[in-house]
Amino acid sequence: MTKTRDITVTVNGTVYEASVEPRLLLADFLRHALGLTGTHVGCEHGVCGACTVLVDGDSARSCLMLAVQADGRKVETVESLGRIGQMNALQQSFHEHHALQCGFCTPGMLMTATDLLRKYPLASDEDIRKGISGNLCRCTGYEHIVKAIRAVVGKTETAR
Amino acid sequence: MKPPLFDYIAPTSVEAAVAALAEAAGEAKVLAGGQSLMPMLNFRLLRPSILVDINCVAGLSFITETADSIRIGALTRHFALETSPLVAAHFPVLSAAMTHVAHLAIRNRGTIGGSLSHADPAAELPMMALLLDAKLHVAGVSGVRTIAARDFFLDTMTVALDGTELVIEIMLPKLPPQTGWGFEEVARRHGDFALAAVAATLTLSEGKIAQARIALTGVGPTALRATAAEQILIGKVLDGDATARATTAVREAIEPETDLHASSDYRRHLAGVLTGRALAAAWRRAGEGAAKAWI
Repeated sequence: MTKTRDITVTVNGTVYEASVEPRLLLADFLRHALGLTGTHVGCEHGVCGACTVLVDGDSARSCLMLAVQADGRKVETVESLGRIGQMNALQQSFHEHHALQCGFCTPGMLMTATDLLRKYPLASDEDIRKGISGNLCRCTGYEHIVKAIRAVVGKTETAR
Repeated sequence: MKPPLFDYIAPTSVEAAVAALAEAAGEAKVLAGGQSLMPMLNFRLLRPSILVDINCVAGLSFITETADSIRIGALTRHFALETSPLVAAHFPVLSAAMTHVAHLAIRNRGTIGGSLSHADPAAELPMMALLLDAKLHVAGVSGVRTIAARDFFLDTMTVALDGTELVIEIMLPKLPPQTGWGFEEVARRHGDFALAAVAATLTLSEGKIAQARIALTGVGPTALRATAAEQILIGKVLDGDATARATTAVREAIEPETDLHASSDYRRHLAGVLTGRALAAAWRRAGEGAAKAWI
C-alpha cells in the first residue's frame, strides 16, 4: 500500500475534502467517492471521451487524470449544467435535436461541446465534427449531435 | 484498467523534480500532461515505483521571443501552442500541425515536453522539433545540457534522456526570410495518430530553393528528416521534375510498418503524395513571401 493523500477539490461549486490513493483516477473519484455518476467511464484510456469533465474550465478526460492532481482545482461535471426541467441551452438543444439515443456518450459530448463553444468559432459543421472527433457515440448519432451544437453556436448563455 | 500502485510526489521546482528522479534511480516516471502516460498506466504497461508530477513546478509554462528564437517551456500545453500569436507569427507550420494533435480535451492537458519525451512514432511534435531544428534544454542532477532534436529521438518511444533527466525548455531558431511552409497529414479520424504526415519548409533566394526541410512522422520507428530529398531540391525551382525526384527520395528513405490501420506500401505511397502537396504549399507560400516580404 502506498499512503493516501489528502485533497481538497471543488466539484460543481461544492468543496470536498478526501483522502485518496495516488493511483485513484479522477473519474473513479467523481463516481465512487462523490456519487456523481453522470460522468461515464467507457474506455479508460482516453479514446472514447465519455468521461470528459472541465478542470479549471478546460475540458479534460477524467480517466487520464489522477484525483490527487485535482487537489486545489475546480472540477465541473455534467451535473453542473442543469437539472431535469431546468436544462441549460446546450442540453435543451440536445433534447430538441434528438442528439442522444442510449445516452452513454452524452455527458462527454456535452462537456466537450461546452469547451468547444467557448474556444472555437465553430463556423462550419466540419469544425464541429473535428471538435467532437474525440468523443465516440456508438449509436452513431453524430448527425443530430452536430445539429444540436450548431443550433447553440453564438448563443452566449451556453458559455456559462 | 486501473493503474498499478505507485508512490506520488508533486515537486514545485525543477531541482526537486530532478532530485526525485535521481533518487528513484530510473524507476520513476515523469507525469506531465499524462495523456500518453496515464493510458499506459491504466493498461499496466508501466509499473513505475513513483510518479513525479511536474504540473506544480513553477516557470515551465511559457512561450517567449528572443532576437533569434522562440523559447517554449516544457509544460506548455498543446492548446497554448496551437493558439499562441507568437507561434503563429514565426512558425505558422507549427500552428497548423497543432490542430492535428489529438482532441481539445487532450490538447488542454498534453505538453510539448511530454510529447517529445514520449516520442510516439506517429506524433506530430517530434516531427516538428526535427523540422524546426529545435534544441532541447534538459535538466539533470549535474545541471542543464542542450540536445539537438536530431540527436534526441533514438527509437520508438526512446529518447536521449537517461531516466533521471527532465526536458525543461524547447528552443526553436527563427526561420530565414522568404520561407514558406506546408503541412499535410492523413489519419483515420481527425485527431488520431497520423498514418503519415509531412511537414516542409522551403527558403528561397533569387527565385530558387536555398534551403529545404522535409520532416515525416508515422512512417518509421521515429519521426525523421528526409535529408536526401532536401538536398535534391537545393538550387532548383519546384517544378514537376524536382517534386517527382524529391518524392521518390522520400519514399526510398522510409521503411513504414504494416499495422491494423495501414499497410507499409500504403504508408509509403501516402508519404510521397503528402510530400508533393506539402512542398507545393511551401513553394507557393515562399513565393508569396518573396512578393510581399512576408516573414
